[in-house]
Amino acid sequence: MSSNSEKARQNPSDLKVLLRSFRYLRSHWRVTAGGYLLLFIISVLSTINPQFIRGIVDRGIAEGNMPLLTRLVLAMLGLTLLQGVLGFFQGKWIEQASQGVAYDLRNELYQKLSSLSFSYHDRTEAGQLLARAMHDVDRLRFLNGRATMRLVEGLALLIMTVVVLLLMNPRLALLSLISMPVLLVQAYWYSKKMRPLWRAIRDQVSEMTTWVEQNLRGARVVKGFAQEKAEIDRFDEQNAVWFDMVERSVLIRALNDPAVVFLTNIGSIFIIWYGGRLVIHGGLTFGDLLAFTAYLSQLAGPIRMLGRLVPFITEAAASGERVFEILDAESEVEEAPDAMPLPKAEGHVRFQGVSFAYFGRRMVLKDIDIDAPPGQIVALLGTTGSGKSTIINLIPRFYDVSVGRVTIDGHDVRDLTLESLRGQIGIVLQETTLFAATVRENLAFGRPEASEAQIIAAAKAAQAHEFIEEMPNGYATYVGERGSTLSGGQKQRVAIARALLKDPRILILDDAMASVDTETERLIQKALERLMQGRTSFVIAQRLSTIRMADQILVLDKGEIVARGSHTELLHSSGLYADIYERQLRPQEVEELLEQREASLARDAKRLRPAISGS
Amino acid sequence: MSFSVGTTSMGRGPRGMLRSLGKEDEEQSSVFDLRILARLLIFIKPYWRSMVGAFFLMVVTSGLGLAAPYLVKIAIDDHIANGDLAGLDRIALITAAAFVGLYVASAAQQYLLSKTGQDVLGDMRAQLVRKLQDIHLGYHDTHIIGVTLSRIFSDVGVINDLLSQGLINIASDVLTLFGIVIVMVSMSPVLALLTFSVVPLMVIATSIYARYAKRAYRETRTTVAEVIGDLAEDLAGMRVIQAFAQEDMTQERFDAVNRANRDAHVRAMALSFTFMPAVQFLGTVAMAVVLWFGGRAVVREALTLGVVFAFLSYVTQFFRPIRELSQIYTTMQSAMAGGERVLQLLDTEPGVPDPPDAPSMPPIEGQVEFRDVTFAYRDDEIVLRDVNLTIEPGETIALVGPTGAGKTSISNLIARFYDVTEGAVLVDGIDVRHVEQQSLRRQMGIVPQDPFLFPGTIADNIRFGDPAASDAAVKEAARLANADEFIRRTPDGYETEIQEGGVNFSLGQRQLLCIARAVLADPQILILDEATSSVDTMTEALIQDALDRLLAGRTAVVIAHRLSTIRKADMICVIDDGEIVERGDHEALLSQDGLYRELYERQFVDVLGT
Repeated sequence: MSSNSEKARQNPSDLKVLLRSFRYLRSHWRVTAGGYLLLFIISVLSTINPQFIRGIVDRGIAEGNMPLLTRLVLAMLGLTLLQGVLGFFQGKWIEQASQGVAYDLRNELYQKLSSLSFSYHDRTEAGQLLARAMHDVDRLRFLNGRATMRLVEGLALLIMTVVVLLLMNPRLALLSLISMPVLLVQAYWYSKKMRPLWRAIRDQVSEMTTWVEQNLRGARVVKGFAQEKAEIDRFDEQNAVWFDMVERSVLIRALNDPAVVFLTNIGSIFIIWYGGRLVIHGGLTFGDLLAFTAYLSQLAGPIRMLGRLVPFITEAAASGERVFEILDAESEVEEAPDAMPLPKAEGHVRFQGVSFAYFGRRMVLKDIDIDAPPGQIVALLGTTGSGKSTIINLIPRFYDVSVGRVTIDGHDVRDLTLESLRGQIGIVLQETTLFAATVRENLAFGRPEASEAQIIAAAKAAQAHEFIEEMPNGYATYVGERGSTLSGGQKQRVAIARALLKDPRILILDDAMASVDTETERLIQKALERLMQGRTSFVIAQRLSTIRMADQILVLDKGEIVARGSHTELLHSSGLYADIYERQLRPQEVEELLEQREASLARDAKRLRPAISGS
Repeated sequence: MSFSVGTTSMGRGPRGMLRSLGKEDEEQSSVFDLRILARLLIFIKPYWRSMVGAFFLMVVTSGLGLAAPYLVKIAIDDHIANGDLAGLDRIALITAAAFVGLYVASAAQQYLLSKTGQDVLGDMRAQLVRKLQDIHLGYHDTHIIGVTLSRIFSDVGVINDLLSQGLINIASDVLTLFGIVIVMVSMSPVLALLTFSVVPLMVIATSIYARYAKRAYRETRTTVAEVIGDLAEDLAGMRVIQAFAQEDMTQERFDAVNRANRDAHVRAMALSFTFMPAVQFLGTVAMAVVLWFGGRAVVREALTLGVVFAFLSYVTQFFRPIRELSQIYTTMQSAMAGGERVLQLLDTEPGVPDPPDAPSMPPIEGQVEFRDVTFAYRDDEIVLRDVNLTIEPGETIALVGPTGAGKTSISNLIARFYDVTEGAVLVDGIDVRHVEQQSLRRQMGIVPQDPFLFPGTIADNIRFGDPAASDAAVKEAARLANADEFIRRTPDGYETEIQEGGVNFSLGQRQLLCIARAVLADPQILILDEATSSVDTMTEALIQDALDRLLAGRTAVVIAHRLSTIRKADMICVIDDGEIVERGDHEALLSQDGLYRELYERQFVDVLGT
C-alpha cells in the first residue's frame, strides 16, 4: 500500500466506493438526518454569536445602555447553552449512526466470511481479514460519522462566516481571511506528509515488538549459543531505524504545530492594524473589531480539520475497497438454488473419476475412484502432500471437485443443502480447534440442543468424562482461547466427543497425534475405535492399529491411488506400502518385544503357579 | 513414535508457578514518588543541555503568549482611541514580531523536547533489552512475555510522556497561569477576581469528566479486544464452524460482542459530547462576566475598552492550562506506575552472575560431571536430589523418564542456565560457576524441543551461533543437516524470510534448520531435546540421519523420545522424581525389569494392537 499506488487509483472508482459506504447510513437515516439538521442550526447560531459581542460593545457599552448590556449578555449565554445542548444531540446522533454502520458492516463481514469456502480461507491470511474487519471498518465509520460531519460543518461555517464578514466590511474581511487558505493547504500538506510517516513508525515499532518477543521466546537458544551481544546489536540497529523516522516526524511536527497559531495570529494583526485604522477614520466600531476576532478564532479549528480530512478521504476509499472486496468475494462452494436436503444418510460414499486442483493450479488429485459402502472404514495412507487431506475435504464439500463427482447414497454432494450434508458428517482433525467457551459448549458445538445426559455420555465414550470432572468447574469450566487451558490429548478427546455427540453417519478423521503421552494415546485410540463403530469412516492413518481395523486401505502418491486392498494384500502387492510400513508403522523391534513378552508371561506363570497350587 | 510419558517437555511446567503477574493495578501505585522520579530523571541527564534550552524557550514562549493581548490593549487604548496612526503601525509591527518570535521559539522548544523524549525512549528500551539478555532463564519461568513486552513498549512510552513533555508542560502551564493572573490583577483586580470565579467550576468539570472518561474509554478498549478476540478465534476455527454447520450460532455470538462494542463507543463519545459543550459554555460564562462587569466599568469610565479586550483574550488562554493541570494527576499516576514497573525490571538481579574477573573457559574436551547435585527452582521444591553422573568426552547419554522427573533440569545445569543448590557441575573438571558464562556456552550447542527460529532469513538462523560464518559454511552446515535440499526449493533459497513462529516451514523442516544451526556452531558439548511431535516418514528419516552426524564426536546429553536415539546412546539414565533410578545400556536396562522396561513396554503394547 505505497503512496504511489494510492495516487494511481483513479477518483471515479474512489467515488463509487465512498458512495457505497454512505449507503450504509440508510438504515440509520433518522439519526443521520437529525444530526445534520442540528448541525446546520448550530452553524447558524455560531455565526450569530459574535454579533452579540458586537452589540454588547457598540450598543451596550459605547452607548452606556445598561439594561441592553444585561439583556445581550444573557442572550449570549442562552445562545451558547442552546448550542451546547443541540451540540450534544448532534454529536451523539451522528456517532450513533456511524457506530451503527460499523456494527452493520462487521456483522455483514462476519456472515460473508462464514459462508466463504475453505479455498478462500486457504489463500487469505486471517490477520489480513481481521485488520480489514477492525481497522478498515473503523475508517469507514469515521468517514460516515465525524469526518463527514466535520467537513460539512467546516464548509458551512466557512461559507457563512465569509458572507457575514464580507457584509460587515469587505476589505477587512479579505485581509483577515488572508491566511485561511494557507492554513487549509498547510493542514493538507502536513497530514499528507505525516500519515505515511506515522504508519511507517507504527510498523517499525510493531516489528521491534515482534523481534523482542521472539528474542524472549528463544531466550534458551540465545543463551545456549551465547549470542546475547549479537542480539543487542541487532536490536540497536532496529532502534536506530526507528529513531531516524521519529526524528523526522518530530521535526515536521515542531515546524507545523506552532504554524497553526501563527497563521491564525496573522489575521488578528490585520484586524488590529487595518481595523484600528478604520475605527480611527470612523468606518468601523470597536464591536466590529471584537466580532471579527471572534469569527476568526472560531473558524481556525474547522479549517484545519478540513485540510486534514482531505487526505483521509483517499485513505478511507482505500479502506472501503478492501472491505468491499471481502463482501463481494464469491464463494467457490455455493449452494445450488434447487438444493435439496440430504435424507437421513445410509452412508454410502463414492468418488467417481474425481480430479481436483486448487483454484487453477496443478492437479492435486487425479482420477480418484472410491466406493465405501455404509459402515466401512477406509484408511488413507501416503506422504505429506499426496492428497489425503484433499480427499476427506471433498466429502463435506469444503471444496468442489474439478472433474468427476462425489456422491452420498447416490446424491451428488453439489445437489444437497450444505447444512444437511455437513450435519450428517462428523469430523475430527489433527489440529483440534476448540473455542473460548465452557467445555459443555464446546462439546455441544455441533448440536446445541443436546441434553446434559447426552453430553456426558459422549464425553464418557470419548474417555473425556474423567478429566472433565476433575477440572475446577467440571463441564462448566472455561477452556480459554483456542482451548489453551487443555493439554493436546485432552483437546483431542473433547473434539472426538464433539463429533460423537453429533452421531454422524459418516466420519472423517485424522488420527495423527502430536505430542501426547502413551497413556493418553491409548485412551484416544479407544475413543476413536468406539467412534468409528457402525459409521462409514475415512481415516488418515498413522497407526498400525488403525490400519488393521480398516476394510480397505488406499495408498496415495502424488494425487493418485497407487494401491488398494487390505493390510496383508498390500504388504505383498505394493512396494510403497511396504516401504511406509517398514519405516513408520512397524515397530522397530516387534519380534524382540514379542519374545520378551513371552518370557515375561512365562515368569508370571512361574510366580503364579505356587500360589494356585497352594490354594 | 515417541518414547515419553507426559505432555510437552517444559520440565517442571513453569506455568504452574505463575503468580499473578499480568495485572496492571494502576490504582494502587502512588501518584508521586520522589525516588522513582529521581531515578527516572537520570535518563534525561545525557540530554540536559536540550532540556535547559527547552526550559529557556518555554519561558520565552509563555512570555510572548502573555504579551500579545497586552499589545492589543495598548493598541486600542493608546493608539486607536487617540487616533495615533503612527503608533498603531508601530504596535502592529511589534505584535507581528512577537508572533514570529513565538513561532520560532515554540518550534524550537517543541523540537528539542520531542527529540529528547524520543532519545530517552530509545535509551530506555535499549537498556531494558540489554537487561533481558543478562537475566537468567528462570526469569521467564515466572514472567509472562506479553507483560515484559508491555514494559518495554507501553510503560516506557508513558514514562516518556511525563519526563519529556509532562514536566515542562506543568512548568509552562503554571508559568502561564501565574503570568495571566498577575497581568489581569494588575490591570483590574476586581474584574480579575470575578473572572476567576469560573475556575473552580472548570476544574470540577474536568476532573469529573476525566474520571468517567477513563472508565468509558477503558470499556471501549475492552470491547474492541473482545471483538478482535472473537473474530480471530472464529477465523481460526472457521473450518470447524463450517464442518459442524454452526454459522448461525457463531454469528449470533459475534453479534453480541459487536453490539456491546458499538454501545460502549457511543457511551464514551456521548461523554465527550457532554464535556466539550460544557467547557465551551463555561468559557462563555467567563466572557459574559468580563463583558457585563467590564462593560459597566467602562461606562463608569473606571476601565478602558482595551482592558476588556485584553481580558477576553486572556480568558480564552486561561482555560487550556487549567484543563491540562487537572489531567496531570492521571499522567503522573500512570507514569509512576509504569516507572515503578520498568525500574523493577531494570533492578532484577541477573540470577546467574559471573564471579568478578571470571576466567574464560579453556577449549572444552567434553567431560561433564555432576557431583552430588541437588537443585531446586524454588527453595521448597527440590527437583534434583544427589545426582552423580560422569559423561566422558564424545559420549552420548540419553535421559529418559516421566514428565517432571528432572530431565530438563539436568540439561539446564550443564549450560548453567541455573545454578545448582548443592554440589557442583564440572566441565573438564572445572566448576561451571567459576568461568565466564559466555565462554562456556560458546562451546556448547542446543537443539530445543520446539524447533525455534528467529525472525530473519534462513541463513541468519543457521549462522545464529556464529554470525560471522561465511555463506559457504552456512551451506555446508545445511547440507550436513539434510536441510540444503528443501532450502534450495524455497523461492529465495537461503535468503527466504522466516515468518513469525516459523509458520512458513513444516515442523520437520524447522527441526532440520535447528540441527543445521547447531552443526554450524560446532559445539563440543551438545544438549538435544528431542521433539515429540510426529513428522512424516521421509522427514523423520532425514532428521535421524542429520542427528547421527551432529552427535558424532561430541559429548551429547539427549532428552530422548525416540527409541532409535535411545538405543544408540552410550548410556541411558532413567530419571524419576529427581533421581537417577537406573542407568546402563538398552539391553541391560530392559533386563532389569524396572521403570525403563515399564516405559518401553507401555509404548509398544498399543502398537501390537492388543
